[in-house]
Amino acid sequence: MRSTFSRNSRFGLIFDALLPLLATLAALAVGAVMLFLLGANPVEAYGALLQGAFGSTNALADTLVKATPLLLVGLGICIAFRGGVINIGGEGQLVVGAVSATLVGLSFPGASGWVIIPLALLTGFLAGAIWGGIPGLLKAYFNVNEILSTIMMNQIAVQGMNFLLKDIMIDPIQLEAASRIPQTARLAIAFDLPRLVPTRLHLGAALAVIAAVLVFIFLWRTTIGYRIRAVGLNPNASRYAGIHVPRYIVLSLLLSGAFAGLAGAIQVYGVHHRMFTDGSATGFTGSAGFNGIVAALFGQLHPLGTIPASFLFGALLVGANSMQRAVQVPSALITALNGLVVVFVVSSDVWRRRRSRQRMRDTVEEVRKPAEAEAAT
Amino acid sequence: MIEDLFTANVIIGILASGIRLATPYLFATLGETFGQRSGVLNLGVDGQMLLGAFAGFYVVLTTGNLWLGLGAAMLVGALMGLAMGLISVTLQAEQGISGIGVYLFGLGMSDLLFQKMLGTVETVKGFPQLHIPLLSDIPVIGEIFFSHNFLVYLAFALVPVSWFVLNKTTWGLKIRAVGENPEAADSLGVSVSAVRYSTLILGGTLSGIAGASLSIALLNVFQQNLTSGLGFIAVALVYFGGWRPVGVLVGSLLFSMVNALQLWVQVKNIPIPSDIAVMMPYVLTILALVIAVQRVRPPAALSKVFERGE
Repeated sequence: MRSTFSRNSRFGLIFDALLPLLATLAALAVGAVMLFLLGANPVEAYGALLQGAFGSTNALADTLVKATPLLLVGLGICIAFRGGVINIGGEGQLVVGAVSATLVGLSFPGASGWVIIPLALLTGFLAGAIWGGIPGLLKAYFNVNEILSTIMMNQIAVQGMNFLLKDIMIDPIQLEAASRIPQTARLAIAFDLPRLVPTRLHLGAALAVIAAVLVFIFLWRTTIGYRIRAVGLNPNASRYAGIHVPRYIVLSLLLSGAFAGLAGAIQVYGVHHRMFTDGSATGFTGSAGFNGIVAALFGQLHPLGTIPASFLFGALLVGANSMQRAVQVPSALITALNGLVVVFVVSSDVWRRRRSRQRMRDTVEEVRKPAEAEAAT
Repeated sequence: MIEDLFTANVIIGILASGIRLATPYLFATLGETFGQRSGVLNLGVDGQMLLGAFAGFYVVLTTGNLWLGLGAAMLVGALMGLAMGLISVTLQAEQGISGIGVYLFGLGMSDLLFQKMLGTVETVKGFPQLHIPLLSDIPVIGEIFFSHNFLVYLAFALVPVSWFVLNKTTWGLKIRAVGENPEAADSLGVSVSAVRYSTLILGGTLSGIAGASLSIALLNVFQQNLTSGLGFIAVALVYFGGWRPVGVLVGSLLFSMVNALQLWVQVKNIPIPSDIAVMMPYVLTILALVIAVQRVRPPAALSKVFERGE
């Protein structure tokens, strides 16, 4: 019993790789029960979801647009996790990146898009890096738990955004209006990220995929990336190997924040073309800072695995709206199911860990047995 | 104008609402304190609060019975605590991330139920003010401390109770042992799992009450994301308070007082940007974490998975 999977280790490995998929199917099964209890036909509901996510060129484009920030945030999450730190601050880093990138566009309305777009994306990247780097410094040098500091930084970013959007960044037109909606003016049309096909799909999606490949190369093919992973796997061993551990903790969180910041900048220049707030972070981010964690986990914390994972969750989010229209079940169901996916994926990890230990024990046995037999003769 | 903020009436008003607004923080942080002292970081507090808030609100709206509503919130919270136990104790999942999962589930589920079962924002008649005889007649003091609803008194009463339970009872000793050195506790016959399950269920129950204190005592409404991240702040306040009920009380009051001040600033139309005012407690918490972490050590086994040796 104890080694049926591990003896046949190829099957065991495939099973490991499929675990997230099984976890998602389990979550969708729970969703089906919930749909049924809410008086909707699950088949019809999921059918509408698929149709809404993949049914037409426009639907597919929307799915890709929705997947873009998830992928970028997810890449940051991959880096952080591989470096042994947890970044819950995606929401705040996204907001900070978006606000600072918007400031760039608002400051030079007459400039060329060729200058402003790269400059704005870079600014978003750097702003996110700062917002992630601060918890990194606090963790590395003051031993402050990064989960808590990133959560606090989320709130600080949101309040800062609310303040700026009601004050210096507000659309001059809103100043005349009675209601004063807290949003900026629309950025110059010259600054819009180029569309890829005549849909809402913009260049940002391609940039995100390129970024995923770069992050993969960075983590697995460069010395710095290797050190980040080493620190994540075993900080003590890394210290003895001469790696300056605190520096790499800061770097992991800093890069993690940078990609979320880039996601924010891309959301502004590719999707909204302005910055706005409903008072909370989700109004602008659509919880991408949290859903990016879901996508990264689903992608096994691997940059390339996060590409299809983001696509899947982008599809769920886009399809949820069609489902809502078709069977009158609020799209909030998908948020709840995302939560279940996280819980199931993380919980099912226990089997993978157990089997990987079993595999190790088996290997040790296999090596030791012949050695002992040899020693006996 | 700014002088308006310093009249006796306004100061009394700020202090009284500060005390009142501390209620949800207190329930949530005290519950989380128990969990963390036993070694489990429950990041799903906000989700538990949202579901508790909805359950309490819905029952009060349909039955009109406040106690039934409170019971429903406690029950839902306890179930969510049980779920967290299953995830983090039995299935040994990574606690930081699984907590985010529980949060997203609570956020989505409470929103879903709200839209499906209520549809619009309605109000209920929440817990009434309970003037404590004699004490509430004392000028100033009576108004600040003794003119609140039942849940406010309960929240503050739980501070010394929690202190007593954690420090003076066998169960409290077991909680602390399991949080500091689960292997040693296990070898002495304490069931690590049972203790952690019990603290998580208690924590969930208190989170449920924390949510209900918003929906049927302080605000008397339910809407999407009613807590707006209050549960996450509660988790941070446990660190801030050094895992002690009294420290947690100080942290909760800090947040609620600043919130109360900010509300009055808005009411009085004083030109201080309220967003900056709301931001301050978070900045302060980070600074406090920097200082506190150097002094107080977290429970040694916090957020570490315990596996029995064979």
